[in-house]
Amino acid sequence: MSWTKDYFTSTIGRKFLMSITGLFLVFFLIEHLAGNLLLLLGDHGLTFNAYSDTMANNPIIRIVEIILFLSLIIHPVQALILTQRNRGARKTGYAVSKAGETSSWASRNMGILGSILFVFLVLHIANFFVSARFGDLGIDANGNKDIYTKVVDSFSMAWYSLFYIFCFLALGFHLIHGILSGFKTLGLSHKKYLPVVKSIGIILTVLFTIGFISIPAYFLINMII
Amino acid sequence: MNYTLKIWRQKNAADSGSFVSYKVENIDGETSFLEMMDVLNQQLVTRGEEPVAYDHDCREGVCGMCSMYINGRAHGPNELTTTCQLYMRHFKNGSTIIIEPWRAKPFPVIKDLMVDRSAFDRIQQAGAYISMNAGSAPDANNIMISKEAADAAFEAAECIGCGACVAACKNSSASLFVSAKLAQFALLPQGQVERYQRTLNMVQAMDAEGFGSCSNTSACEAECPKGISVKHIAMMNRDYLKATMCSEKVMS
Ligand code: HEM
Ligand code: SF4
Repeated sequence: MSWTKDYFTSTIGRKFLMSITGLFLVFFLIEHLAGNLLLLLGDHGLTFNAYSDTMANNPIIRIVEIILFLSLIIHPVQALILTQRNRGARKTGYAVSKAGETSSWASRNMGILGSILFVFLVLHIANFFVSARFGDLGIDANGNKDIYTKVVDSFSMAWYSLFYIFCFLALGFHLIHGILSGFKTLGLSHKKYLPVVKSIGIILTVLFTIGFISIPAYFLINMII
Repeated sequence: MNYTLKIWRQKNAADSGSFVSYKVENIDGETSFLEMMDVLNQQLVTRGEEPVAYDHDCREGVCGMCSMYINGRAHGPNELTTTCQLYMRHFKNGSTIIIEPWRAKPFPVIKDLMVDRSAFDRIQQAGAYISMNAGSAPDANNIMISKEAADAAFEAAECIGCGACVAACKNSSASLFVSAKLAQFALLPQGQVERYQRTLNMVQAMDAEGFGSCSNTSACEAECPKGISVKHIAMMNRDYLKATMCSEKVMS
């Protein structure tokens, strides 16, 4: 199967992997945001816990979870390999560079933004996913695992909420370039549809950024008032 | 008008190189950037100094030789211009102009501002041609081509191989150049026969030369003197995937 190896080790093939994994993560975030907004219902997390319970026990979700974790590994690994290669392609830099006049800040800083997301994901998964799935959490009034209390406890630390807000801003910048870029990488560039993809990308990015920030912001504001 | 020029001087590929400042005076606004460089070189020769080496040929914006990174921009601050078509009226009197060679590992500096762009030639040799029987001239309009297709192919064929796309790209990616060279054939009926094999060959040649990957920043399109569109890069990505998935040929 040398042709598959040729493809997936080429610069275009590696970007293809980054693109499908990145866009899969975007797709996942739609569901993740919708679920997490249940935290804001003000019912002491009963609905949120019930939702989490359904997710954890659904066999299809468990399979998708494997794809999710694979994506979370493949995406940064390819990012690292390509970044190394790209650095090596310009050993001596320019004394003066006005890159800001020809490209967007986000598009030039995907690596830094992605690194912030990487740190976020390690902490996020260690704190919430591991304890929700394997941890010894109490049960709520309906008999579901009380993940809500874990969330409230975590966000009772102001620095934790602020860190989350910072990371969601990084996510916003990553995706404002990433979603459109991902489509172009797949070769899905068409005079009629690309403007539509661009608009959807902007709408999703804004929804994700505001939506995800609203959760730590809610707990932060609750703490202050 | 008067300018201070900070120019990258490097004796040869092995030399480490450094910036040297020069002054040029009484330059008319209608002088092209290359003519201004000629004035400088004349002064240097008169003073018995080594003139600055830089590439130039047609001086009418089509040869793609005049590679200079001027004040942080490929071919200077203007859009859709090569260095030979850049005029000194675009630079403030008394200002300092910083001139560097293209910076990319596959484009090693030969001397001063001259770089070796033969990597582009090798990529072209890997597939930028069509195979045909070159017997007697075919009848006109034997192969029907729509105006739209002809225009689209011509748009891609406008690439002059200057390398500004590589120079401006944060990854030193040659994607815009390679995709233009692929598209000029892929958009025409004559290019179909070898379309996918060509894509495989040229993309692999591009990677072998050590160019970076495409991050879709579009800096290349912004700096391209011919305004080649990044839509060709998407087409190259598409064709490379198709070539891998659908062609029965196994490359290596
Ligand atoms: C785990 C940490 C992450 C790292 C280190 C990372 C790194 C990167 C880098 C460096 C790029 C740019 C690739 C290039 O310029 O060629 C990129 C692109 C992208 N990222 Fe991430 N990222 C991470 C997480 C995420 C997440 C969580 C998402 C989605 C929710 C995402 C979605 C995307 C998309 C859609 C692209 C565009 C792919 C393309 O240009 O074809 N990334 N990522
Ligand atoms: S694509 Fe544009 S910038 Fe790149 S080599 Fe061709 S003409 Fe020059």
